[in-house]
Amino acid sequence: MTVINNPVKAGVYGGQEQSGTNYINHSKGIMSWLLTLDHKRIALMYMVTVLGAFLLGGSFAIILRTMLFARAVTETPITPTTQDLYNQFFTLHGAILVFMFIIPAVPGILGNMVLPLMLGAKDVAFPRLNLLSWYCYMGGGAFFLFVLLNGGLDTGWTFYTPYSTSTTTSVTAATLGAFILGFSSILTGLNFIASIHMLRPKGMGWFDMPLFLWALYATSVIQVLATPVLAITLLLLAAERVFGVGIFDPALGGDPVLYQHFFWFYSHPAVYIMILPAMGVVSELIAVFSRRHIFGYSFIAFSSVAIALLGFLVWGHHMFTSGQSAMTNAIFSLITFSVAIPSAIKVFNWLATMYKGSILLATPMLYALAFIWLFTIGGLTGVFLGSLSLDIMAHDTYFVVAHFHYVMVGSMLTAFLGGMYYWWPKMFGKMYSEKVAKIAWFLIFVGFNMTFFVQFVAGSQGMPRRYADFIPEYALYHQISTIGSYILAIGLFVVLFNWIHSLRFGKPAPQNPWGGNTLEWHTSSPPPHENFIEDPPVSDPYVMGAWDYDEAGECYVYNEAKAAELALREHH
Amino acid sequence: MLAILAQADKTFFLPPARSTIAPAHDGLYHFVLWMSIFFTALIAGLLVYFVIKYRRKSPHDVPEGPTHSTAIELGWTLPPLILVMVIFTWGFRGFINLNQAPNSAYQVVVTASKWNWAFTYEGGESDGTLHVPVNTPISLVLTSKDVIHSFYVPAFRVKKDVVPGRFNKTWFEATEVGEYELFCAEYCGQQHSTMITKVVVEPMDDFLAYLEERGKWWEGQKPIDVGKTVHQEKGCVACHSLDGTAGTGPSWKDVFNNERMFADGTKLVADEEYIRDSILNPGNHILAGYENVMPTFQGQIKDQEILGVIELLKSISSKYEGFVLEEMPTDEPAGGTGESTPADEGAATESGTESETQTQE
Repeated sequence: MTVINNPVKAGVYGGQEQSGTNYINHSKGIMSWLLTLDHKRIALMYMVTVLGAFLLGGSFAIILRTMLFARAVTETPITPTTQDLYNQFFTLHGAILVFMFIIPAVPGILGNMVLPLMLGAKDVAFPRLNLLSWYCYMGGGAFFLFVLLNGGLDTGWTFYTPYSTSTTTSVTAATLGAFILGFSSILTGLNFIASIHMLRPKGMGWFDMPLFLWALYATSVIQVLATPVLAITLLLLAAERVFGVGIFDPALGGDPVLYQHFFWFYSHPAVYIMILPAMGVVSELIAVFSRRHIFGYSFIAFSSVAIALLGFLVWGHHMFTSGQSAMTNAIFSLITFSVAIPSAIKVFNWLATMYKGSILLATPMLYALAFIWLFTIGGLTGVFLGSLSLDIMAHDTYFVVAHFHYVMVGSMLTAFLGGMYYWWPKMFGKMYSEKVAKIAWFLIFVGFNMTFFVQFVAGSQGMPRRYADFIPEYALYHQISTIGSYILAIGLFVVLFNWIHSLRFGKPAPQNPWGGNTLEWHTSSPPPHENFIEDPPVSDPYVMGAWDYDEAGECYVYNEAKAAELALREHH
Repeated sequence: MLAILAQADKTFFLPPARSTIAPAHDGLYHFVLWMSIFFTALIAGLLVYFVIKYRRKSPHDVPEGPTHSTAIELGWTLPPLILVMVIFTWGFRGFINLNQAPNSAYQVVVTASKWNWAFTYEGGESDGTLHVPVNTPISLVLTSKDVIHSFYVPAFRVKKDVVPGRFNKTWFEATEVGEYELFCAEYCGQQHSTMITKVVVEPMDDFLAYLEERGKWWEGQKPIDVGKTVHQEKGCVACHSLDGTAGTGPSWKDVFNNERMFADGTKLVADEEYIRDSILNPGNHILAGYENVMPTFQGQIKDQEILGVIELLKSISSKYEGFVLEEMPTDEPAGGTGESTPADEGAATESGTESETQTQE
């Protein structure tokens, strides 16, 4: 890399003092986006489309909750048409949000944006593959839109056979959509693995990487190993539907429980695809906003790997009531409990990082704290479900619904929003209204807990999931939950407003508003097309002492003398 | 009254415990609940405490503190490890109890189909609600005629999937007389959420009387009323209306003696045998414009009940102007008594008995 000038010194306060070009205005026109190989632009394209999917799937959630509220306050019996509608909405809500929001959100948007920057690299290892993965995402999304407009889907996102092979809705198109989306996921995973192996700068060993990269690495391993199983399963399902090959349907000599094994062999590891990147984000946020070296670095890093590996061995805990043998159930239950340990280790290490820190409750930190709260509840209720006799009672009830919303949605969503707020200045070179952001955080936190906590109670009382109708006993729970979901939705719209407002009217962002020492803070905001004009200095990502606070710029400025001194101290 | 009694010891989190295994479940539930409350309070407490105590005083702060300690890591890994192993063992033992029915258990066959339940007792008596004697272990053999369903009674803390092509088993012993909700817990399509029935727990004498009565419940009723009861209790009502409203299946109005158009292009005038065949072999004739989704009722419906349905259909068909039976035929051997039994009725009864012995292929 040739050194042309030094933007770090020229543009301390951000992109605006640079010569004026950054990755956003580097080239113009729609084709410069659609054919871009720049990971940052691909991240923004993911952002727009993934948020679009979130809006769509989220709207379905609001419709579902509204239908349930209406059911709670009316006396007239429910009609089959209403039931059909409800079944379609909960299916598309789950399918769209799982495959098109939760799985790609953190790796697709934040991972793509930040991973090469954290490596001090110009791009990911395979930029063309990266663009292809976005097109796979769009292709899969197109199938889902087709399903939406052509007969819908009423199988639940799990596509359980033999229901899914007998219903008249668009199962084949939906499975093909999920199949293609799977490729998007696999390609991103491959790219990240190769990038982390090959592109680490000189001086950055495996244990000098930011923890976000460890989390993305563990996630990518799961994506590459597990997603093909889903692809095969969905193809078998399509073969059975279209050609009548007997694999899962007992009428054709198949076994429906076999489908569940195949499906969960992917879909259980997939929940770690959802949560691990979120945990990586939280590790960064906690350290930076406590302005402290992360506590127990290697324990956090290895716990990500442990979760990724153990995650492959617990799929059977989704099937405790299916009739699989007692011995199988016992083994799956035992391994399931072992996943609790690395999860607990992470939470304790985050707390220890805050101990004696200098904690700033900026918006990203508030989201990180919300994550700890939601993940703790989600994780501990997982202990109920891992236990055999308790799971028999709770399986397929709202207890499970609440549990996985706490883990997959609450935790993942708060980490995603925290990460978006954290890297927003870097991504767009604009600051946002801290006040509005905090109001939105409050609404989301209250709304989420109100929506889902009450579902633990409803589920413990026996309310089955995927019910358009319910006995009057459960009405109050549904009413409270629906009101909570409205508050949550309002909070999310405030976030959207906050972001759009920032893009138009936000103050220019400095290079490093938070004082983090990971490499993305060593380039301008937003970064230039090439990411770095000059190779950034590699050091311990969690030693932040080299960054001095600048009162005038309300930002942190790199002090090379201090950095040299710290490097010297590290060696001793 | 019974319903109120059944709700008596409902707690904030759990429904009333009404089976022998429920107390063990609830004990473990409360243990994990209090453990969770303890850890949530501990974590949230520390979090809030740290946020206040170590709040940033100046942006120039560069705090120093410990960055790693293997001793501390092991220290906070071991207690959760021990706890979850205790919970695993506890839950496993509860599960084994749930899995092993006592040898003396009274067996009921549960057949699920979209979207109703059929419970068949040892004498071939069948019903849409589950009746069981109190303080008696009941073992269930579960199978499905179409997709996966799941048998779930919250008050008994028992659930088992009902899978086509398999016979799953579970058991329970109800400890108190009352009526309890029985849900389908595995999503099974359109009317999943109304696939709800009751478990009626009653004293042994009442249960025996119920079985006795259930064996010939139609006696003394008008055939049309028998048909209406079947329409409700066998779940026909889920898909077939009586007033001409379209549903998942065709309405029963104006069917009898009317010409039926089938999906394969053939036609037939609906007579007694057509109705009987449509109930026992619904796949034989698929009406044009409808899907082949109806499960067979072989082994779950008595000929007297089919007769009731036929008479009901006759009474609501404008195409039929003939005679509708006023009384159910008796079980006495036909011939000589002068009862107005239709000619084909004797033959139907025979084949009905036969299909009962080969319940659930």
